[in-house]
Amino acid sequence: MTRYVMVADLQRCVGCQTCTAACKQANGTLPGVQWRRVMDIEVGEFPNVKRVFLPTGCQHCGDPPCETVCPTKATYTRDDGMVMIDYDLCIGCAYCALACPYDARYKVEDPKFAYGDEPMPHEVHAFDEKMIGVAQKCTFCVDTVDEGIAAGLTPGVDPEATPACVNSCISGALIFGDRDDPNSPASRALAESEHFRMNEEAETDPGFYYLWDKKAEGLQ
Amino acid sequence: MKNPHAAKRGPRPRVQTNWDYRAACNFIGGGTGTGLLIAAAFLAWFDLPVLASLLIGLTAVGFGLLMVLWEIGRPWRSINVFFNPKTSWMTREGILAMPLFFFGGVGVFFYDNVYQGISIGLATTTVAGIVAAGYLYCQLRMLNASKGIRAWSEPSVRPYMFITGVVEGLGLTLCLPGIGTNLGVWLALAVLLIVRAYLWLAYGQNLHKNNASVGTCKVIDQFGRQYFTAGHLLPIGLLVLAWLTSTLLPAYVAGILASAYGWYAKYTIVNRAAQTWGFAIPRTPVRGGGESLVLGSQQ
Repeated sequence: MTRYVMVADLQRCVGCQTCTAACKQANGTLPGVQWRRVMDIEVGEFPNVKRVFLPTGCQHCGDPPCETVCPTKATYTRDDGMVMIDYDLCIGCAYCALACPYDARYKVEDPKFAYGDEPMPHEVHAFDEKMIGVAQKCTFCVDTVDEGIAAGLTPGVDPEATPACVNSCISGALIFGDRDDPNSPASRALAESEHFRMNEEAETDPGFYYLWDKKAEGLQ
Repeated sequence: MKNPHAAKRGPRPRVQTNWDYRAACNFIGGGTGTGLLIAAAFLAWFDLPVLASLLIGLTAVGFGLLMVLWEIGRPWRSINVFFNPKTSWMTREGILAMPLFFFGGVGVFFYDNVYQGISIGLATTTVAGIVAAGYLYCQLRMLNASKGIRAWSEPSVRPYMFITGVVEGLGLTLCLPGIGTNLGVWLALAVLLIVRAYLWLAYGQNLHKNNASVGTCKVIDQFGRQYFTAGHLLPIGLLVLAWLTSTLLPAYVAGILASAYGWYAKYTIVNRAAQTWGFAIPRTPVRGGGESLVLGSQQ
């Protein structure tokens, strides 16, 4: 089996938001829509306070509640674990957005552009009427991944088959790959590091891992 | 240009903005409408006039569905809502709406007709009441299946939503001609109000116990005090007053208060208290020579 997952190394992330910008450029999302976000979080209690940069977005869950609740079957899970939306089926009820414990879904009713109602030339190029009034979210750059695989490339290894956020990350904090392939960059990173997943209580089997330390010697 | 959305999605829990008052109206109309139909199904067996209950109940359910149609982004594709009966409670709600309107409609139009000794009104009202209970169940499961909103995914919201639907329906039923004088209806409403108050208190306590966000608990707690007094104690007091003085007006006011506060509570649950999870990490990363700070599952 194949299960594509994202791994974020919190030790490396510097909160530069390059991944966010790369995602917006690659997917042409409108202002206010951020499929890949980086949270700037302050945690702890004085004097033990720390600042953490937390990349987030759709977690491509193994048991996605968005898919369960969707009345139209617009949301579905591919065999490789990626959770997708069929924009032609979606009725824009936003039920999926409320079922998501990761606040990862968006619905744009009234499109606004970077400088108001009139789009810039590059926004005209990127604008897709199909995306208005329906749910949208991170796709793990599915077109890039699929085209890369078709060309014999390996997602997570070859940039031409890897999501834009991962390619753009200046510190190598974002890692993509097949969790079920022990040689993929994602599997190796998970094997070498201590990690957690967010909001585990929701029991959705998220496909987004966070590394927080190297594993102690002998435990790898 | 200021981004109107950016500030709303921070690391902390925020009030959801995907479902507004129109979605709340679906739960209000659906709950009250099905409550009226369930009440009608019971009362019809005691020879009470339930035609108005049927009519108002169907109108309320229809009103709720129209508000949903207004809310969704692609209303012309709304037929797609029927595509996922296997797992989606929204699909199931949509499917049950059809027999609900069919049997309710037949009941309205052939209320006084008798076929081979069987009262069409009684038969169809009974079936409509059973279907209405199913519809109400779908609504509460629909709310409860929203894992992203703790105020909705809390399991104790289910019995509360069912009982408040019945209370809202019975509250309005009590104000209808030919029914308001029935002491049994008064007693049933008083008992159901006590049950609703208990379920509301249990719901609020469970939100605290199961780590709902501070904002959610604050809204529910603040509203709860007013709700308990004006939505439960006062109507029960008014029903007692109506019984002691043999006057109808206090009973009518009690019925309206019981219903109206149920609607306000639904608006509170669906809109004001509906916060997202936020982003809680169990620990911080080790950076430089520092150590990881263990935070637990919630911040």
